[in-house]
Amino acid sequence: MITAPPILDARGASVPLGRIAGWGRSPVVEGREIVSEDLVRSTRFASLTRGLGRSYGDASLPSSSERLVAGSRLADRILAFDPSTGLLRAEAGLSLHALNRLLLTRGWFTPVTPGTQFVTLGGMVAADVHGKNHHSAGTFGRHLEALRLRTGSGEILDVGADSEPELFRATQGGMGLTGHILEVAVRMQRVPSPWILAGVETAPDIETLVERLRAAGREWPYTVAWADFLRDDGRGILVKGRWATPDEAGIRAFEWPGSVGVPFDMPNWVLGGPLMRVFNRAYYLANGIDARTAIVHPQPFFYPLDAVRDWNRVYGRRGMTQYQCVLPSACGAEAFRTLIRIARSHDSSPYLVVVKDFGVEGEGLLSFPRPGITFTLDFPVSERTTQRLVDALNDFVASTGGRIYLAKDAFTRAEHFRAMEPRLAEFAAVRDRWDPERTIRSAQSVRLFGDAA
Amino acid sequence: MKVVFLGATRGMGRSLARLMAARGDRLVLLGRDPEELRRSAADLEAAGAPHVSTVSCDLLNADTFEPALADAARQLDGAFDTVVVTAGIFATQDALERDAALRDRVLTTDFTNTIHFCEAARTALLAHGGGTLCVFSSVAGDASRKPVIIYGAAKAGLSHYLNGLDHKFRAEGLATVLVKPGFVRTSMTAELPEPPFAGDPDDVAKTVLRAIDRKTPVVYAPPVWRFVMLVIRNLPRAVMRKIGF
Repeated sequence: MITAPPILDARGASVPLGRIAGWGRSPVVEGREIVSEDLVRSTRFASLTRGLGRSYGDASLPSSSERLVAGSRLADRILAFDPSTGLLRAEAGLSLHALNRLLLTRGWFTPVTPGTQFVTLGGMVAADVHGKNHHSAGTFGRHLEALRLRTGSGEILDVGADSEPELFRATQGGMGLTGHILEVAVRMQRVPSPWILAGVETAPDIETLVERLRAAGREWPYTVAWADFLRDDGRGILVKGRWATPDEAGIRAFEWPGSVGVPFDMPNWVLGGPLMRVFNRAYYLANGIDARTAIVHPQPFFYPLDAVRDWNRVYGRRGMTQYQCVLPSACGAEAFRTLIRIARSHDSSPYLVVVKDFGVEGEGLLSFPRPGITFTLDFPVSERTTQRLVDALNDFVASTGGRIYLAKDAFTRAEHFRAMEPRLAEFAAVRDRWDPERTIRSAQSVRLFGDAA
Repeated sequence: MKVVFLGATRGMGRSLARLMAARGDRLVLLGRDPEELRRSAADLEAAGAPHVSTVSCDLLNADTFEPALADAARQLDGAFDTVVVTAGIFATQDALERDAALRDRVLTTDFTNTIHFCEAARTALLAHGGGTLCVFSSVAGDASRKPVIIYGAAKAGLSHYLNGLDHKFRAEGLATVLVKPGFVRTSMTAELPEPPFAGDPDDVAKTVLRAIDRKTPVVYAPPVWRFVMLVIRNLPRAVMRKIGF
């Protein structure tokens, strides 16, 4: 087969300059992205590999417009799948969306899923993603068997628990900075049916919500909660679930639903207070009827927002940012009220806050989750307030011994990051060994790790 | 179906081969790079294909065509009923004006050798009572436009040939399916500015598979490009001289 080799010279000079942004659409930078099925070739001259660009901030953006980014999303072949063990080996650009459609009805699911299917395996490794089952299954990295990387010096090598374990660990949650991820081998999870048995509970305040989240986690593999940020008490709802047995699921035809798009950028006033108040109230009421369980489809359970393509356009042209932090368990639910107070004092009010308890810390050197409670807040980006708000939130989070999720971040300052990350020196040592020149870098690593642009 | 596929490792070919694999078609992949073929074969097996094997064949070397097709037939118990060709190369008009070697490569691959390959495939199919020959040309062959003069000329010639095959051999049991993709987001077009009506390879694959099943002689994918090209073909010469597309 002969298809067009990307027409580029050694420096990729003929790849046209485009605009690249993360999912939050802020910041937007100029850059050159080579999208090719041949990731081994396209990473040869690239300073970073990006997948589907679902990290919110600048993690997938080039450090400068002079540096090439390799787009992995067309390198999406399954190289081996063993249905007796569930071991899957695939090219790093394979999306969870494709994988789910292929394997769920055969009785296999990803051991850990983030809140969207539009992520690549490589991206899941780089962010060491977590999901509703973090308390029971840990991060994605825990289920990895091996990785194939192109290191900053250009060498291609296979890493795993028995082969260059330090590089293997650093790559989990390493935001793509330890090497271009070419292939991923992961142990899939056997599921008894493609359906979820889910239950909903409500809680009148944040203390009860966190308490019930922890209690539910002792019985249910998947749990998550939403708190209403527009109210002081932080009342909320809790969703719990597990895979249904074939008996519970009964005879149902399983199909994946399609999606609808947001056709244009919404004007900024749409997300203003009154409308969101109504939405939050409706959400609470709709879910607050009782605490029974029901058989639900995995798509709305795991990926409620995937039904609306490009939902980030709801935030208009100025873009959005998501602030996700984890606070040590000792902070208690009181921390939630502090977060509310800080947001309000900066004229910002997120609309919904996702609340989730984390289990043990993963193997990844910079893996985000640690024991405690994680809070996720969405904000529209505003030149006037966002930076000051994130600074204030980071002051608080750093003071508690907590930390932030790099896959979401676009605004954190290097000094805050250093204060939250005692593991940074160990990570830098791995980069020193494999990529002393820092051939691989990103806009985020310039901002937070002190790399040169 | 028993399918011989030239071009299944990338782009629209990869998407189409996956759909065929998922519904249980048997596949023999033809191509130049054995490692690439092996990886695609693994992917198609995971997608559900009951049989995938690979045979070496280089579109730039017409001597490889007949042996490759004979080898493919042996791997499919003696004969195949469908041949798909998605392989081809693209280069910009600028590059083709500058570089005579590239020009030769594009014309040889997309026109001369694709026709040689189709002649070999036609003969093999007709020897077993016919079947379906599905070949990817391009909307670039429908109208002479400034950015695709040379590439478009190769594709125009190919379309012309495929229409003729259908006229002559349909009665003998050989259906020709001429596919004219519009702008589709693949690695081949990744460096080009995206026009309106751009399509995705997975949607194109669905359209094409339906056309193969129905033996539709000419199919545009995405389908809207039939009307886009109808409009462009009817633009006055004065307009075509002015506009840049």
